[in-house]
Amino acid sequence: MNGLSMHLPILPVLLPLVAGIVLLALRSAPLAVQHSISLAATAALVPLALALLATASDGTQLVYKLGNWDAPFGIVLVADRLAAWMLMATALVALFALLHALRGDDVQGRHFHVLYQLQLFGLNGAFLTGDLFNLFVFFEILLLASYGLLLHGGGRLRVKAGLHFVVINLVGSTLFLFAVGTLYGVTGTLNMADLAVKLARTVPENLALVEAAGLLLFGVFALKAALLPLHLWLPAAYAHTSAPVAALFAIMTKVGAYSILRVYSLMFGADAGAVANLLADWLMPLALVTLVAGMLGAVAATALRQQIAYLVVASVGTLLAAFALDSVDGIAAGLYYLPHTTLATAAIFLLADPIARARGERADRFETGPAMPGARILGGLFFAAAIAMAGLPPLSGFLGKFMLLRAALESPWMTWLWSAVLATGLVGVITLARSGSLLFYRTHSTTEKLTAPRAADWLPAAGLLLLGLGMVIWAGPVSDYATATATQLLEPQAYIDAVLGGRP
Amino acid sequence: MEALIAVVIGVLTASGVFLALRGQTFPVVLGLTFLSYAVNLFLFVMGRLAIGVPPVISDAAAYTDPLPQALVLTAIVISFGMTAFVIVLALKARAELGNDHVDGTHSEEDTAR
Repeated sequence: MNGLSMHLPILPVLLPLVAGIVLLALRSAPLAVQHSISLAATAALVPLALALLATASDGTQLVYKLGNWDAPFGIVLVADRLAAWMLMATALVALFALLHALRGDDVQGRHFHVLYQLQLFGLNGAFLTGDLFNLFVFFEILLLASYGLLLHGGGRLRVKAGLHFVVINLVGSTLFLFAVGTLYGVTGTLNMADLAVKLARTVPENLALVEAAGLLLFGVFALKAALLPLHLWLPAAYAHTSAPVAALFAIMTKVGAYSILRVYSLMFGADAGAVANLLADWLMPLALVTLVAGMLGAVAATALRQQIAYLVVASVGTLLAAFALDSVDGIAAGLYYLPHTTLATAAIFLLADPIARARGERADRFETGPAMPGARILGGLFFAAAIAMAGLPPLSGFLGKFMLLRAALESPWMTWLWSAVLATGLVGVITLARSGSLLFYRTHSTTEKLTAPRAADWLPAAGLLLLGLGMVIWAGPVSDYATATATQLLEPQAYIDAVLGGRP
Repeated sequence: MEALIAVVIGVLTASGVFLALRGQTFPVVLGLTFLSYAVNLFLFVMGRLAIGVPPVISDAAAYTDPLPQALVLTAIVISFGMTAFVIVLALKARAELGNDHVDGTHSEEDTAR
């Protein structure tokens, strides 16, 4: 391997960090300079993710030893299929959310671009790291940046939602440390591959400790993923923050889902001896209840962004139900559904912003308002985004749910999963149709002066929807990649060998 | 000594949980601080307790595990930063919402006390 490609796995982590520091140093530079640095750094993540995707697609698991210390003594970054997949989704959502932010949201407060880059630094690091404590550190980085972004622009409701978000995440971090400490105390290692080896050999007297730590970790990840009953922080936080931040946060719940998938397929998977399939009894019922509760929240929502936030909770339920099937088809369905739901959620959050602004003082509350200027283009995009969110053909949500339903055919959970997914799908269609007709059709004339949206207001959302369309057109290769990823995840021995270099 | 440390961690955690569940931001911040003290101590103890041995592998036979000490340093720095942040946020919430209740609204029950 030559110089640059050898260092490929660290670049998506280093680039946003360096860009963030440079932006901090240039905080009094002209806005155009800050914009171009931030945009260039974010856009460069797309080719980097593509390069990693190309490298990982043949099954290679690139292991990057930081400081060239061998695992398990040093910290490693591992770029396998799953990590590259998550990096790709992050890069795309981040790029379009930033394009939306450039039209004005970024100057409502200070240091938007610095925090944005540090958030990407945390996200990319969390997806790449192969070390449990390092995962905690990257969680903290992305959380600290997200606290700043969430509060960006200020305001009563934002501060109140932010306070709840910060406090609950601090408690979550403490629990994460307790779990990590217990695992270290029992096994003497924090490298995930080494943990997988050591946990499989857990002696009976330590079994209860390891199970407690494993389930504590699950609690932390479930908190990040907003799994019921730990989802209550999400709707307020997402509904009250600014549009580009909400769109970027679409990937934040997926960090929790990713960690559940990574940790429980690697460390507590079918090969893990006494602690095998630790989550088998927990994940599926919780995921299905989350799906139903999220959809009920969406029905009861009184404003568009609150409704979307509850739809995020519902989509987490669908995603984790797919992972809980614990079969190649199930995980593949989840991995196809994951970028779809991230893109669709981000698109509809970005759309809610021009819709709210075009309605004047009613903002995005569900009450009849004046006919909004530019209703045709906004309404058309809302229609497309709603189809994607609700999972109707021809957009990618339908394919994702179809793959999930087909994967569940053999599962003992089939009846529950089919009824939950189909019923909430129907409710989702009705809810979104009701919101759409209320926002766009039930209008009255007004003397209020309303400003029409500019093209820059809806173009990023339209771009995200086009990407979703791309996921349908190239559904073959995308789902093949997802299936290959799922196969790789369910055979953790290859990951362990790649990291530990075949040593026991 | 193990029993003493275990009791200390337990008391710190219990106080932390109790305070974090209070309705005003100041006790909540204190509770989070107690929780982070408890977890830092817990992480440190995970390397087992030893007296008077260096955290380096040397010619002497006995040594104590240096990794938890490194971990706990990282955790202390992070929790220190987080505490600073949450204090500033609590002050901002006090200024924006006009009171120090975590929900921004004092119920009559609270004011009576």
